[in-house]
Amino acid sequence: MADVALSEDLASRAEKVRRSGRRDSTFHGLTASAAIVVVAIFIGLIVSLVLGALPSINRFGWGFLTSDAWDPVQERFGALASIYGTLVTSLIAMLIAVPVGIGIAIFLTEICPRPLRRPIGIAIELLAGIPSIIYGIWGLFTFAPAFQQTVEPWVIDVFGNVPGLKDFLGGAPYGIGIFTAGLILSIMILPFISAVTRDVFETVPPMLKEAAYGLGCTTWEVMWRVVLPFARTGVVGGAMLALGRALGETMAVTFVIGNAHNIQKSLFAPGTTISATIANEFTEAVGQYYLSALIEMGLILFFITFVVLACAQLMLRSLERRAGT
Amino acid sequence: MIANRGLYRRRRAGNAMFLSLSVLAAIFGLVWLALILGSLFYNGFASLSPKLFQEMTPPPGSDGGLLNAIFGSVLMSAIAVAIGTPIGLMAGTYLAEYGRHNSMSFFVRFINDILLSAPSIVIGLFIYEIVVVNTPGMQAACRSALGSYCPMGHFSGVAGSLALAVIVIPVVVRTTENMLLLVPNGLREAAAALGAPRNRVIRAVTWKAARAGIITGALLAIARISGETAPLLFTALNSQFWSRDITQPIASLPVVIFQFAMSPYEDWHKLAWAGALLITAAVLLLSIAARILESNKRS
Repeated sequence: MADVALSEDLASRAEKVRRSGRRDSTFHGLTASAAIVVVAIFIGLIVSLVLGALPSINRFGWGFLTSDAWDPVQERFGALASIYGTLVTSLIAMLIAVPVGIGIAIFLTEICPRPLRRPIGIAIELLAGIPSIIYGIWGLFTFAPAFQQTVEPWVIDVFGNVPGLKDFLGGAPYGIGIFTAGLILSIMILPFISAVTRDVFETVPPMLKEAAYGLGCTTWEVMWRVVLPFARTGVVGGAMLALGRALGETMAVTFVIGNAHNIQKSLFAPGTTISATIANEFTEAVGQYYLSALIEMGLILFFITFVVLACAQLMLRSLERRAGT
Repeated sequence: MIANRGLYRRRRAGNAMFLSLSVLAAIFGLVWLALILGSLFYNGFASLSPKLFQEMTPPPGSDGGLLNAIFGSVLMSAIAVAIGTPIGLMAGTYLAEYGRHNSMSFFVRFINDILLSAPSIVIGLFIYEIVVVNTPGMQAACRSALGSYCPMGHFSGVAGSLALAVIVIPVVVRTTENMLLLVPNGLREAAAALGAPRNRVIRAVTWKAARAGIITGALLAIARISGETAPLLFTALNSQFWSRDITQPIASLPVVIFQFAMSPYEDWHKLAWAGALLITAAVLLLSIAARILESNKRS
């Protein structure tokens, strides 16, 4: 009798252990499949864009990348004007945001009085929290008119007749245009650069800085010759991350770029970017090739941002490994 | 000596110049923030009225509110979070608990960080391609399963929610993984030593220890999607009327702001500013809540 009870007890225990083992592997499987969902989204994204772009790829070939034609009526499309706008607005944004972002990081780590560091840091990060459509509506209604009436006429007056600069800074003051879009992008990506830079600055061993100060270096010399070279990879990685954001940004740009499918030398002229073209024209696009051309532009944009973001990831990862050891 | 003194003076002057430049950089950033928020509050409060929450979006040239757009935004964000958070939580758990060092996790982490900063308009195109467009095979399968409730083959609130969910997932994955990595291993080992199976250790111990951080991640994800416009433009489209049917096109605040701001009508501009103020207020409140949760956890 006792033996039977014991073996029953053992059997039910073994069953319990088996069940808990099964539950364990189910949970493991569930989490692993959720991780696979992330990869599946990525692959699905690429496949669906390529499939959607096929009609356009077959019809226009590589010429799509080098043509600035945009004629929905005759169904002739080229992405060059949009690619140009995307690259130039991002370039302007980087030219402004990188030095300013590094400056803010230096201010926050070296100069700012301690009690003010947190509030000012939070305020700068707030710029990253503001949705891009807010930048867009502000740029369109507040910034562009003010810019058109004050800065632009002055710049055009001063530089509009200087040979060499005439082409880039001349023309009519529209308010909206390539430069305005680049400037607003630079404000949007500023917090990304300053946040990453500040974090990397804080990983610089204090001994290095103290040694440089001990040799009689000024604060600036310590930052420029010791801290920045040490933090170079991180700063470049952060800047690339910000560049990835700038390239793909849609709403802030769409409001203020002017949507003109041509390449003009003047920075104050209206233009367009890949994302702005898609946002403006997608719902109104009729015909297979029009839609497909817009999807192909999305594919090009994804490809460009993928390369930039992948470089940023690899640089920041290598940094993490170094910090980990 | 005299040459030296010149050198010192130059170096000191250079130092002073570059330090003041970096102060200027900080002022530059703060001035833009003040200008944007100032102009937003000025214009937004001027157009704020109870009508916003009582009436639908108006036709051009007349007065109205934003009720249908507010409802659409809340509805789609809620569905997106309901879909995206569990997937992100599980995937983040895998990365931090099961596959912390294996090569698949390295790959998933890489892809996830790319998706985290991928252009949101491309995510809109992706959902358009798989949900909105008429893919005959998939649509037939969906029709036979769901009948007239099938959301595929046309613009719909479901498509908009899915696009937002694709944005939510990477945010939640990243924060979940980071927060779980902060949980000390001693806790896991103590639970395992008591005989708890691994899934029990994760659910009852590590998740609980990281709860505040995980909720912070979800809040940040909501903040992120509440201002997203680009992925909704050609998935959820827009609607002028009150609609609770998520298989049909539905209005959302960001899309309405975009449409109204780009229009030539003064009434619509005012509503766009009011909508912009509502979104910013929501995002700021969510970020403050997330920050408070985070600092509570630290102390």
